[in-house]
Amino acid sequence: MVVAIEVEGLSKKYRLGEYQAAYGTLRETVVHAGRRLTGREHHRASTELWALQDVSFDVPEGEVLGVVGRNGAGKSTLLKILSRIVSPTAGRAEIRGRVGSLLEVGTGFSAELTGRENIYLNGAILGMKRREIEDRFDAIVEFSGVEKFIDTPVKRYSSGMYVRLAFAVAAHFEPEILFVDEVLAVGDAEFQARCLGRMEEFGNSGRTVIFVSHNMQAVAQLCDRAILLEGGRLVREGPSEEVVAYHLQTSAGAGSTRTWSADEAPGDDLVRLRSVRIVDEDGDSVDYVDVRRPVGIELAFTVLHGGGPPVVPKLKVTTAGRVAFNAMDIDSRWHDSAPPGDYVATAWIPGNLMNEGLISVDAAVCSIDSPKLHHHVSVHEAVSFHVQDPTEGDSSRGTFTGQWRGVVRPLLDWTVR
Amino acid sequence: MGRGASGVQEERDVEFDVDIPQIEAAVQSAASTSPERTVVIRPATRLPRLDVGELWHYRELLWTLVWRDVAVRYKQTFLGVAWAILVPAFTALVYVIVFGKFANFPAGSTPYPSLVVAGVLPMQYFASALSLASLSLLANLPLVTKVYFPRTLLPLGSVCVPLVDFVVGLPVLVFLIWKYDTWPSGWETLTAPLFILLAVVTVLGLGLFLAAVNVRYRDVRYMIPVFLQVLPLLSGVMFAVDQIPTKWQWILSLNPMTSVIAGWRWAVLDASPPKLGQVAVSVAVAVALFVVGLATFRSSEPTFADTI
Repeated sequence: MVVAIEVEGLSKKYRLGEYQAAYGTLRETVVHAGRRLTGREHHRASTELWALQDVSFDVPEGEVLGVVGRNGAGKSTLLKILSRIVSPTAGRAEIRGRVGSLLEVGTGFSAELTGRENIYLNGAILGMKRREIEDRFDAIVEFSGVEKFIDTPVKRYSSGMYVRLAFAVAAHFEPEILFVDEVLAVGDAEFQARCLGRMEEFGNSGRTVIFVSHNMQAVAQLCDRAILLEGGRLVREGPSEEVVAYHLQTSAGAGSTRTWSADEAPGDDLVRLRSVRIVDEDGDSVDYVDVRRPVGIELAFTVLHGGGPPVVPKLKVTTAGRVAFNAMDIDSRWHDSAPPGDYVATAWIPGNLMNEGLISVDAAVCSIDSPKLHHHVSVHEAVSFHVQDPTEGDSSRGTFTGQWRGVVRPLLDWTVR
Repeated sequence: MGRGASGVQEERDVEFDVDIPQIEAAVQSAASTSPERTVVIRPATRLPRLDVGELWHYRELLWTLVWRDVAVRYKQTFLGVAWAILVPAFTALVYVIVFGKFANFPAGSTPYPSLVVAGVLPMQYFASALSLASLSLLANLPLVTKVYFPRTLLPLGSVCVPLVDFVVGLPVLVFLIWKYDTWPSGWETLTAPLFILLAVVTVLGLGLFLAAVNVRYRDVRYMIPVFLQVLPLLSGVMFAVDQIPTKWQWILSLNPMTSVIAGWRWAVLDASPPKLGQVAVSVAVAVALFVVGLATFRSSEPTFADTI
């Protein structure tokens, strides 16, 4: 077995305090240094963040390796180190073969240059020799479908043409090792799908691929093996289905229940949020919800004093990185200033509405101050839950078991004549 | 791979039926090329080394980046590359009227217009190269944060780009040499490129330093114009350096551009030769600037992508 990528004890440390100071002007740095010298400001305890900690793994040649984990687990840092954009704090990695990345689609395109010129420019940036570009030039142009405009500056291109040309160049670059970071991939769904398609082909042709994704289904389907990162550490390694299943079990997103003690409850001088829960019809906390059953989002909050502006509980529901909807209670009970006291408001999302997947909820209590919305408290990704379809034939996809796209999965009434 | 449910496969196939055959063809066509290259990734060492071997490996990218900047430089301008002649010509004209006619600056034996143009051309190169090099990392932000290549390519390419302007501007000088009939007399013309090389080394050193500093402190872009306004006065662009008191000649020689301009005038205008000691001082300063610039650049290079 030939090892294409060998990673040994790779670590990356960021000093948070330092970077806050770093991104300023010379004056700020001089002032801080002066204060530190005169003892007026103690050396700020700079928070150290290990974005990656002692990660080791091998990727044999021809393997498609998935990298999964939550946001901030270190997936993108790992790819950035392996593609040599940032350097590690400790450890080493060895990469045997030419590296390409689908992150770099269109990187370095120059708006003033023509399509033809940009093919050469972008090719060189990706690491192609001039000969290689010349050999593939016609294929790239044909693939992009912009023949007619090849001598027009790309600033006159539509965004679709631009992306197609950029992708055409990337798709004709032939690295032995490919990195794909789906999390960062720009472009629309169709474009992302093309990236996945390209990756699949690439894997089938016996090249080595590292695929970073939040799309568990894609990882399970496309990858041979996967590794799971958590807080910068490698916590599991194995066949992709196994790692994905483990990840889904252990990472219920933000968790389905969130409570705050009295002194740390978020909010302002009028409203404090005490807890947010995902509940089923019986009022029990749940992580997993049947796609057909209604699910409740319960906000418990305290109004500290009377006489304030009228308040109203509000939710933002997000799935797969997209906002599914916003909702607030429009009942007249919130029209007047609420008397001080504890409130528990539960919003019911009907069954057969949300699609499968991880759903996160931003919880807020607001006052309407048209055209603005004043947030007394707002917690991003306060709770999350999984929607599951047991596929018993009575959800909107019937007995079909494949992928069923969409943010929502409503069960519609059909008329047939 | 087809390990997923068959339904998934079907849905994908419909979406990809346009793209996949072409991709496949591309993948196969290259399977035989590209020799294997092993890269070892380690914590950065921060030594001020140039790593010529790696720069050589990336030489095509360097030329492509230079070509890009040259190609874009006068795009969508009415006069195009004529600007490379107009800017030094106009600057020289103003200098000739203000400093030559009104202020009577010392010119020695050289015709004043030739003296000024021979100073303005290298100075114009220096000014463009310094601005481009200092801002090169920021101007190429998407490259710095997304693709690996030796970052030294960016300032290095930036100091090559205005050489094109310099060459395009040369006919102005040739015209003046013809007009005043001051053709250079002999072998010293051959040293002309060496003095330009001295300017390149100087500006590359400063450019590396300022580019690295600019990643962290955006003050650089405000400092450069001020610096470039004063510099012609300190480099003898509008006067002959050998006409001022000797003590001051030595002080000005700490600025390598003084020797560049004096030497260039000697090489192409048959002016009096620069003092060897003063040129030596300038060369020493230029080399020192280069080493300090490269060391600064190299030591902050590993954090560029994190800080920029």
